[in-house]
Amino acid sequence: MRLLSARLSARRRHPLAGLVVLLLGLGIAGGLYATVAPKPAEANAAQQELVADGRKLFLVGCASCHGKNAEGIMNASGSQQGPPLIGVGAAAVDFQVSTGRMPMAQTGAQAPRKDPLYTDEQTEALAAFVASLGPGPAIPAAEDYDYEDATEEEIVRGGELWRTNCTACHNFNASGGALPDGKYAPSLVGVDAKHMYEAMQIGPQQMPVFSDNVMTPEDKRNVIAYVKHLEQQDQPNPGGFALGSLGPVSEGLFGWIVGIGGLVIVTVWITGHGARVKK
Amino acid sequence: MSQQSKINAPKSVSGPVTWLDDRTGLANLANKKFLRKVFPDHWSFMLGEIALWSFVILLLTGVFLTFWFKPSMAEVEYHGSYELLRGLHMSDAYSSTLDISFDVRAGLLMRQVHHWAAILFIAAMMVHMLRILFTGAFRKPREINYVIGSLLLMLGILEGFAGYSLPDDLLSGTGLRIAEGLIRSVPVVGTYTSFFAFGGEFPGDDMIPRLYMLHILLIPGLLIALVTAHLVLLYYHKHTQWPGPGRTNRNVVGEPFLPIYTAKAGGFFFIIFGVTSLMGALLQINPVWKYGPYNPSEVTAGSQPDWYMGIAEGLLRIMPGWETEVFGYTLSWNVLLPGVVAPGVLFTIALLYPFIEQWITGDKREHHLLQRPRNAPSRTAFIVSLMTVYGLLWFAGGNDIIALKFDLDLNWITRFMRVLIFIGPPIAFIITKRICLGLQRADRERALHGFETGIIMRAPSGEYTERHAPLSSTETWKLVSHEQYDRPELEPAVDENGVANPASRRSRLRSKVWAFWYDDDVTNVSREELEEAHSHTDGHHRAEGTEVEGADEPSELEPKH
Ligand code: HEC
Ligand code: HEC
Ligand code: HEM
Repeated sequence: MRLLSARLSARRRHPLAGLVVLLLGLGIAGGLYATVAPKPAEANAAQQELVADGRKLFLVGCASCHGKNAEGIMNASGSQQGPPLIGVGAAAVDFQVSTGRMPMAQTGAQAPRKDPLYTDEQTEALAAFVASLGPGPAIPAAEDYDYEDATEEEIVRGGELWRTNCTACHNFNASGGALPDGKYAPSLVGVDAKHMYEAMQIGPQQMPVFSDNVMTPEDKRNVIAYVKHLEQQDQPNPGGFALGSLGPVSEGLFGWIVGIGGLVIVTVWITGHGARVKK
Repeated sequence: MSQQSKINAPKSVSGPVTWLDDRTGLANLANKKFLRKVFPDHWSFMLGEIALWSFVILLLTGVFLTFWFKPSMAEVEYHGSYELLRGLHMSDAYSSTLDISFDVRAGLLMRQVHHWAAILFIAAMMVHMLRILFTGAFRKPREINYVIGSLLLMLGILEGFAGYSLPDDLLSGTGLRIAEGLIRSVPVVGTYTSFFAFGGEFPGDDMIPRLYMLHILLIPGLLIALVTAHLVLLYYHKHTQWPGPGRTNRNVVGEPFLPIYTAKAGGFFFIIFGVTSLMGALLQINPVWKYGPYNPSEVTAGSQPDWYMGIAEGLLRIMPGWETEVFGYTLSWNVLLPGVVAPGVLFTIALLYPFIEQWITGDKREHHLLQRPRNAPSRTAFIVSLMTVYGLLWFAGGNDIIALKFDLDLNWITRFMRVLIFIGPPIAFIITKRICLGLQRADRERALHGFETGIIMRAPSGEYTERHAPLSSTETWKLVSHEQYDRPELEPAVDENGVANPASRRSRLRSKVWAFWYDDDVTNVSREELEEAHSHTDGHHRAEGTEVEGADEPSELEPKH
């Protein structure tokens, strides 16, 4: 503690230094904005360029499954190589690509999350391209899913919504759960708030769509706040090691292995030692 | 002993002790016969004790919980210290469980110790029961005690289920909803019974107070009464023991109850207390605050009962959705069969097993010496096949967790289980029986020919043989002392007056079952065989080889090495 304050005082500057830096920063930002900020026409051009970039990327990375114009491709067997993407919206592309689900590596029951293949700019371009094909949910703005200043009441409400709408698939602790036919609802531990918001908007795979008239944007944010606080609540976890937060199955397993297993070893030890050892 | 201490103890101690002794005669008790009872020593004899001591821990921690738990379904608004639920409306029961967890000092520890002890209590009863079954300790005169034990297991499960339902969290309610479904699936009376049990439509307001009464009064009372009866009978019958020199059906070899056995048992109590406390302190169990208050419109992945209800869950999960309609009423086979009929059948088999076996053997004698599991091959195999059913259903009850954690397909697990539940047990039976018979043969071989010394002898003819040395009489005794049953006599088809004998058909059935149960058993070594074998080994220093075996054994019994 003392060390820290010593270091702080050594670096202490003039009381007005902060203000000067602030003014300087504002000045530079203002100047830059004036020169760089797109005029409406320019913005349109920039957008066009983005869409064009996106189209190029799409043709290389996605068209093999989704078709050149994202119209979708049917296999010979009648199943989908990739569904049509017209009208899925920028949010869907952002979700699928920045969680690494797309491009899908191999066909399977479900595209798993993996390390993303595209940079943020490329993802943006892809999203812009798909969004240009038909109207769909846009990528949410940061304030939509910013849960940091959610009030206690909002968090509690989020919890109710979470238990009513999500736990059936994702488990009470967001540890994930199995679904029919080899599909699963993934664990949400560590998932970005943005991706949570997008998932609710678009309903990937088996997940239902929670559109804005089913669940308002505020409520989506409340759910996110609850799940994030649940995660923080767990450090440290009240009651000790959570055994995977999977419910009574893992508890029973531990009861038998640690409890009965341990005690049986003790019985063997007790009867082998003590007052009267034979053999 | 008490005399000694009276003389040596300082006045301050001996005064009150003498005072007490004069009034109660306690010191004399120590010399009394029942405290000198003897207990044999084997690890498997302590499994029941795990159950006993965890029950004591349940009583202690349970009483602690009653001080704060409010068994009421009245709606309250939560204002405790768990933020993520603050301001929510919930039942008093759930809210007080949250208070115990977060606002009562040591409350969460006590809840967790209580719950872990419940898990251990029932698991210990179950392994204890397996020990009894595998060793034949249920045979006359202990059948009644076996039945008492089975009832204890069943009551323990009910007690645990009632406790699991008390906190009124999401899992509690989901479990009760299933219980309600099971009750309702019973034709004709189901719906009425359900209304009676829940005091109206589920969930109603009576459920928690009623379960509370069952959980802290009725079932614990019955458990205590039955545990007492169980222990009194144990005292009365004396403990069984493994066969060995000097151990007969008429004595017990072991340690006196006082002081050695009590010291050990007392120490064991503290070990179990220690283990459950550690588990309670380190391993989270039933985090009710995460499940949320019960709300019939909610459900969560990972909704499972505690392990001891797992087989009921498994049965429900693998049952196909069969229903029939009779006179406008639906008969839900999909719930009735797995939820009511199958557990009933399994439990009845377990409860009546001693009587079933007695009927097959016709054995009415008392037994105080245990059997090694291999010496009752069909019984051992039967128990293993029951365990297989149990294990598979357990597995099926956790199918979603298994699918999730091992990346498997939920539907395929279910299909697989539907088949395995029928073919698994017979396979387990056959494999176990073969293993037992193999061990019996190995025992027989060892008893007759002694153990392999590892010394290789070369005969003048150039033949190599391994030398075998005779076993000690103790070891031989262990291998050959078990009894075997003769096939029961058939009743004549007609009695002496020429009238058809109704007992005849039953006796033929019994004889057939007997044959299935015992025919394959490897014939035990007879006294003559043993003497004959010994005269060979003792006389000359001749290596035991193929000759002796070939000479006096039916060839199919003896695999050559
Ligand atoms: C190997 C084939 C394959 C490739 C390559 C592929 N996808 Fe997909 N994509 C699929 C399949 C199959 C689905 C549907 C199943 C799923 O979502 O897991 C899908 C679904 C999607 C969805 C969600 C559609 C909806 O209805 O919400 C989006 C968006 C998407 N893909 C975008 C892309 C983008 C962008 C790329 C290129 C970077 C890409 N995909 C590459 C096969 C592919
Ligand atoms: C019917 C089951 C179901 C319900 C209900 C459901 N989900 Fe999902 N959820 C899924 C499935 C399946 C996926 C995986 C989709 C994929 O991989 O393409 C998923 C994916 C997600 C993801 C993405 C996780 C990741 O790894 O990127 C988030 C976030 C999410 N869900 C949040 C929610 C929230 C919040 C709710 C409640 C409002 C909810 N889900 C309700 C089934 C469900
Ligand atoms: C045979 C023994 C018993 C078993 C198997 C058993 C089992 C359980 C279980 C599994 C719970 C749920 C605990 C949880 O919240 O996680 C519970 C709760 C409870 N038990 Fe028991 N119990 C037993 C005996 C007793 C006794 C003897 C008492 C009191 C005299 C008692 C009092 C309580 C109370 C008050 C609760 C609710 C409090 C809470 O859930 O936090 N129990 N019991």
